[in-house]
Amino acid sequence: MITAFIQRAVVQGIPLLFGSTGEILTEKSGNLNLGIPGIMYVGGISGVIGAFLYEQSLTSPAEINTLLAVLIPTLSCIAGSLLAGLIYSFLTITLRANQNVTGLALTTFGVGFGNFFGGSLIKLSGSDMPSIALTATSNCFRKTLPFADNLGWFGEIFLSYSFLAYTAIIIALVSSYVLNHTRVGLQLRAVGESPTTADAAGINVGAYKYIATCIGSVIAGLGGLYYVMDYACGVWSNDGFGDRGWLAIALVIFAVWKPSVSILGSILFGGLFIIHNYIPNLTVAAQELFKMLPYVVTIAVLLIVSMRKRRESQPPESLGQSYFREDR
Amino acid sequence: MGSAAIELKNITKTFGTIVANKDVNLTVNRGEILSILGENGSGKTTLMNMISGIYFPDHGSIYIDGQEVVIRSPKDAFQYKIGMIHQHFKLVDVFSAAENIVLGLQEKEGFNLKHSAERIRKISLQYGFDIDPMKKIYEMSISEKQTVEIIKVLYRGADILILDEPTAVLTPQETQKLFTVLRRMRDDGKAIIIITHKLHEVLALSDRVTVLRKGEYVGTVNTKETNESQLTEMMVGKKVSLNIERSECENQVQRLEVKHLDCINREGVKVLNDICFNLSSGEILGVAGIAGSGQRELLEAIAGLQHLNGGEILYNNPATNQIDNLRGRTPLQIREMGVRLSFVPEDRLGMGLVANMDIVDNMMLRSYRKGKSFFLERKAPKNLAEQIIEQLEVVTPDAHTPVRRLSGGNVQKVLVGREIAAAPTVLMVAYPVRGLDINSSYLIYNLLNEQKKKGVAVIFVGEDLDVLMELCDRIMVIGSGRITGTVDARTTTKEEIGLLMTKSDRGEDNE
Repeated sequence: MITAFIQRAVVQGIPLLFGSTGEILTEKSGNLNLGIPGIMYVGGISGVIGAFLYEQSLTSPAEINTLLAVLIPTLSCIAGSLLAGLIYSFLTITLRANQNVTGLALTTFGVGFGNFFGGSLIKLSGSDMPSIALTATSNCFRKTLPFADNLGWFGEIFLSYSFLAYTAIIIALVSSYVLNHTRVGLQLRAVGESPTTADAAGINVGAYKYIATCIGSVIAGLGGLYYVMDYACGVWSNDGFGDRGWLAIALVIFAVWKPSVSILGSILFGGLFIIHNYIPNLTVAAQELFKMLPYVVTIAVLLIVSMRKRRESQPPESLGQSYFREDR
Repeated sequence: MGSAAIELKNITKTFGTIVANKDVNLTVNRGEILSILGENGSGKTTLMNMISGIYFPDHGSIYIDGQEVVIRSPKDAFQYKIGMIHQHFKLVDVFSAAENIVLGLQEKEGFNLKHSAERIRKISLQYGFDIDPMKKIYEMSISEKQTVEIIKVLYRGADILILDEPTAVLTPQETQKLFTVLRRMRDDGKAIIIITHKLHEVLALSDRVTVLRKGEYVGTVNTKETNESQLTEMMVGKKVSLNIERSECENQVQRLEVKHLDCINREGVKVLNDICFNLSSGEILGVAGIAGSGQRELLEAIAGLQHLNGGEILYNNPATNQIDNLRGRTPLQIREMGVRLSFVPEDRLGMGLVANMDIVDNMMLRSYRKGKSFFLERKAPKNLAEQIIEQLEVVTPDAHTPVRRLSGGNVQKVLVGREIAAAPTVLMVAYPVRGLDINSSYLIYNLLNEQKKKGVAVIFVGEDLDVLMELCDRIMVIGSGRITGTVDARTTTKEEIGLLMTKSDRGEDNE
């Protein structure tokens, strides 16, 4: 049962890991993108649209091509979340709109966008249920290593996941390395800490903000795709994504802006999020209380971090502020 | 003296309707130090920002080594080997010195901090800096941060260096050290431009001086052939007397007795340590010290804004002739007893004025309690506002302009004027002339002297030691929250004060 719990916790945590890695990259450039929940939603529905169109083009589910079944939804997910990221970037970087307002608006927009297309697809598919099932595509996404089952608990905990889950961890590790050990990472952090300094040092602040925000959005969007195709077994139902986007943002704070910490954090959050299923005889009200645990942990981390006052654990200094060189 | 390193011709820059620079000409040769002198708002920094690529000029041309160039961004400026050390340091606090120095560079050897640190050590050795490349900026003193800024431009191979008010935040010793470094660079063939308000520094350091007034080019003179009064005249446009009329102290009555003040701040650092001093009516007590040595906490403690861990502040109240302990009183009670604080923080607005309110409303912040009716009484504050605008020559369209729109110097005049207008018995001013030009500074000094003659006990926290020595009667030096000495302002020397300033926190390395 413990292995099953850990395994479920990881599966729960992967969307959060995608979301928080994306948001960390974005925030390191000084952009506070509160549109992440919406972007993950857009990423999810874009993947669903791609998969739906591909499945519709087939005469029977049996002739599905694994490579295409994975590639098409992934690319459409990337396109959708990239577009959402570009909207946010254009508004906040080029037009210097307020980041909080833009982000919240984007979240509202993203959820509406997802529900609209979700609803339309459900109608198109003529399904009786308020959901749409893309089982064939999902099966391609959910392929795991063939020998994992033979390795007992080790295989179950470490090797039983689909390729997107490992992608999430690799992206987090690569992000961590890039941020801390490369020139690009140094310059990106400088942009988020002090854009005037970065600008005076000859760094193109706008470009860094655009690229970081857009890459961050794409990574977060993959979290939405993973949720639909893997966690939900290809079943899209409106509002099914829940508040995972906000959990991802909470995870950014929990991880003190370090993608490597966020790997472990996402598993912890995933575990806390589902722990109520593993405690017998809970009432519905008590279940909801247990779902609050990740946020409680986040507040505790915030308190500890602010008490320890380590400068390195603080958010990027100019987070949430737009930059204009000739501002006086 | 070598050839012209950089030449500006007819440079003009406007911000909206404000003309920051108009037809400015300037030449700097290799192997010389050029000072740029001008009052507040005369466009010195704007001009330099155009050379370093932060702003782009509306008209005019820039020549480097005789070739016309276009500098569109800081990156372009680096290519022409121009390096600027900004007044407000452009450093990332959570980065180490080395990380800040290599920031934005594309080095051929790739990104390797160890390698960079080695080069930084080499540069430090060459020019006599003392710096640890791996130290984080937030752990550094102001002079160390400045060193990092200078190494940053040298590391990029800059041979045209621009320094924007580099001495504003340094102690006299640190200033001397900086000047030595600058002279060494000049002898190395670099072209150096230095912006400063301080005339004696201009005379001591530079080879030539260019003067700007209200954004326009006034002229360039050789330092050897000029003197303070000629430079001031060029700057202000009329003859100004540069003497502070210090009167003798009269009718001294003890006004304030501060005993054994201790204060520990929220970070657990002891910011005031056993502070004891007396203050009499009719005297100006200067407070000198490196920025952040506890000056702010001391003044705030007297004004009742700072929680104290020990000690008492005895106030001889002239209204009642009783001795009150100010500790434990609320700031409002203390203010009503006649103790006034006018603190000009680095951002100038911080406490005391509300940026989005107009001058009248800001006057009212101190007087609204006096109104008897439910509605606000605006007449008296309006009169006061107009009086201050007239007396202190505040440049503003009218009394209803939001304070935020005024230039820094005018904001300060409003703040200091309001506190003086309250007819205090103890007046505390901190950095009242910070960033002010000569004319306005002397206006404020004279105001303080008037207050002194009226029998007010004045505490003056200042940065410029020359002024402290000319204006004050006694100078108390604070170092790391301790009083390191009190000297007679009429007989002391700058070196003596400088030594006291660095005494307690860096015991060993007094030069």
